[in-house]
Amino acid sequence: MSFNLLFLVFLFPLLGFLTLAFSRGRISENAAAVIGVGSIGLSAALTALLGFQFLTHPPEGGAYTQLLWTWMNVGGFAPQFSLRLDGLSLVMMSVITGVGFFIHLFASWYMRGDEGFARFFSYMNLFIASMLFLVLGDNLLFLYFGWEGVGVASYLLIGFWYKDPANGLAARKAFVVTRVGDTFMAIGLFILFHELGTLNIQDVMARAAVVWPQGSTTLTIAALLLLGGAVGKSAQLPLQTWLPDAMAGPTPVSALIHAATMVTAGVYLIARTHVLFELSPFALQCVGVVGAVTLVMAGFTALMQTDIKKILAYSTMSQIGYMFLALGVGAYQPAIFHLMTHAFFKALLFLSSGSVILAMHHEQDIFKMGNLRKHIPLVFWCMLIGTMALTALPFTSGFFSKDEILHEAYLTGHTDLWLAGLFGAFLTAVYSFRLIFITFFGPERWRKESHAHHDAHDAHADEAHHGLAANENPHGAKTLDHHIPLLVLLALAIFGGFIHLPLDGVLPHAVIADHHKGGAFIEYLPLIVTLMGIALSWYLFLKNPALPERLKNGAVTKYIGKFWQSAFGFDWLYDKLFVQPFLWLVHINRNDIVDVVITKIPNAFHSAHGFFAATQNGRMRNYAFAMGVGACLVIVVVLL
Amino acid sequence: MTEVTAIPMEHGLILAAVLFALGFAGVLVRRNIIFMLMSIEVMMNSAALAFVVAGSRWQQADGQIMFILILTLAAAEASVGLALVLQLYRRFQTLDVDAAGEMRG
Amino acid sequence: MMPTIIEICFYAAAAVAVLSTFLVVTGKNPVHALLYLVVSLFAVAMIFFTLGAPFAGALEIIVYAGAIMVLFVFVVMMLNLGEAVVQQEKLWLTPRAWIGPALLSSVLLGLLLYVLVPSDLHMAGATTISPKQVGIVLYGPYLLAVELASMLLLGALVAAYHLGKHE
Repeated sequence: MSFNLLFLVFLFPLLGFLTLAFSRGRISENAAAVIGVGSIGLSAALTALLGFQFLTHPPEGGAYTQLLWTWMNVGGFAPQFSLRLDGLSLVMMSVITGVGFFIHLFASWYMRGDEGFARFFSYMNLFIASMLFLVLGDNLLFLYFGWEGVGVASYLLIGFWYKDPANGLAARKAFVVTRVGDTFMAIGLFILFHELGTLNIQDVMARAAVVWPQGSTTLTIAALLLLGGAVGKSAQLPLQTWLPDAMAGPTPVSALIHAATMVTAGVYLIARTHVLFELSPFALQCVGVVGAVTLVMAGFTALMQTDIKKILAYSTMSQIGYMFLALGVGAYQPAIFHLMTHAFFKALLFLSSGSVILAMHHEQDIFKMGNLRKHIPLVFWCMLIGTMALTALPFTSGFFSKDEILHEAYLTGHTDLWLAGLFGAFLTAVYSFRLIFITFFGPERWRKESHAHHDAHDAHADEAHHGLAANENPHGAKTLDHHIPLLVLLALAIFGGFIHLPLDGVLPHAVIADHHKGGAFIEYLPLIVTLMGIALSWYLFLKNPALPERLKNGAVTKYIGKFWQSAFGFDWLYDKLFVQPFLWLVHINRNDIVDVVITKIPNAFHSAHGFFAATQNGRMRNYAFAMGVGACLVIVVVLL
Repeated sequence: MTEVTAIPMEHGLILAAVLFALGFAGVLVRRNIIFMLMSIEVMMNSAALAFVVAGSRWQQADGQIMFILILTLAAAEASVGLALVLQLYRRFQTLDVDAAGEMRG
Repeated sequence: MMPTIIEICFYAAAAVAVLSTFLVVTGKNPVHALLYLVVSLFAVAMIFFTLGAPFAGALEIIVYAGAIMVLFVFVVMMLNLGEAVVQQEKLWLTPRAWIGPALLSSVLLGLLLYVLVPSDLHMAGATTISPKQVGIVLYGPYLLAVELASMLLLGALVAAYHLGKHE
């Protein structure tokens, strides 16, 4: 067993993708599930073996590089197609294949009976392969390749149920908004290559410190552009608007791509290129501020959502905000740590919500649920544990990681960011337990709702299967492919915090001036704040549900609520700022001015063609006549 | 023979040109394919005449050799052309070339 | 100065050739036209003789007027072209149909004459080129052309056989 099997890790999903893509509609669901889940399973097993090998017999220098081939050779530009296995990529690889495998397994239950079953798994495998490209690439160009690959897979999966135009719109929005970030990133890469002459990550890191002085402007611009890419992919302010819409995809997709792995690619990118950010304090500060603002804003927005998946989407945004905050204060290891624990508990939450949604027959509105803990107890416990990890209650994985982030933020002297994080923890507690209390406790709202619902949609109730029928109870799944992923992720969400990540060789520790600063109070403050949040949530949504209703209709609070619900109006703002002017421009240039000129050329050819074609009329005398005229002309020309 | 009995080359060439123009007019004006073939024979014959006249002017045998080659060409052309006429007549029951003009631009 | 016999023969033959060719081109009865064509070829053969090219003249009569024209006669007979064709030709050969071709031919002829009519004349046919001389040159420097001509004839033979066959 040696490291040179590394390339197989992404080869399995790639082969799975190709097999499923080319066999579409011709293989059974079971075969598709075996191929789709099995390829990830093989990757996960191989990753486990490689990880074991890495930890017991670490390679020289803490990293193993596998050169597959030289990608291209243009002038002085010869990016290598090589993989790099170090502590960071090992962690990412483990999360991707490990969590990915269980989500795939869950998806084989969730998607059963869908007509695009094989297509779904082909896209999922494509995603895993691209994501592995992204984290294993030893070259920023290679990384960018995977970066775009996951973007495509995300697009395909958000629009998976493409027959509903709304899903297609959501997919397009996600694609276009992330493309904005990707463009920034591409420009950043151009700058890096222009200045450093290489895109190999290790070389870039090594040379950046030599070429640029601390705080150089060029470097700051390059770092900010990379941040732009990260912000787009990780749904941070100001490119966060696509993530809630991305929930249009099937729930396992939301779990895998829009919670556990892809959206954290931005965190990975910044951690990977942390040397650049350290050389540019301003860029690093921006990272932290972006994270802090996003996490607070997403928290407020999550408070007002009614769609179970959107609540989770905003909580994802907010948790990634924590990771950015951690990166911003230089706490890279806690950021990656939180990335991993977040992948565990958020995947658990999303899969559980998928289970809830299926139990409720594709109902996603939490105000049409209630008291579900009686009907689907397993899912309730999964959701509860996941939420506890999300709110960082003790003895869960989230507690360790989030606590570490907040603590290091405080210790490094970023009190403002620390306060934002603290406030975010409070909000997290409120909205998370709001979800729990409304969905799993309280009155069984679907009983009274379902009746009216049924009447209203009687005509298409049969085909739509939307919500529960009258007198029907939610019922959970009883198969192993549903239980195993939930239970494994449940265990990881609890015990994931005890995993020690092998990041010491890759990422530096945060610079802590004074180890004795703060004390016990500071360490316990997040917990106290969280408990307060839970208490408030309990009071508002379980004990006294009339109060939030009254607030919702209050004179001032009504507008604040609406403002929060619309995610601070960013969609509206972007629509007015970019979409409308663009549409207006497109409208006035409907008959593309350049195009008008260009179409003249083919038109000229077309008429010339018509003229010459008309001469080919098959009449011998005409040909002879033309020859005669030609002969006369030749003579005249010769005479002249 | 003495020089007095000789004929001006130019007169021979003018005759060839007149015959050529007549044949060409025939090709243009005729619709019956047999007549077209005859006109083409006339044109070829006039070209051969021009060669012989020129050969005679330079007192070389090459003009007559060209004539023989043109004769060969005319024989080949006539045999293939007449075979085509037969086919045309069989297919369309007419000798009108326009009937065979099936190529539409 | 009195014209010599040769000159008289040349100009007379030329007149016959032009006249008979004109009748070929304008004729309506294919058999008549064919016969005029034979006359025209005889006249050209006569011109060859006057130009001191007896071998060419002989070949003109034997191959052209003899063999090729017989081919035409055969086809005309096979197709049994008679009164119907004459009627058809009358319909086709309207004065209007002549305008364009006549015009273009006149232009072409004018141009050719402009090129060919010189300021001073060059005498031709002062000496006779015997068949022997022609044969020596033909099978000497022009041997390759002879071979090519034979191939052409072979090709024409095959093509004519193939095309003339019934389906």
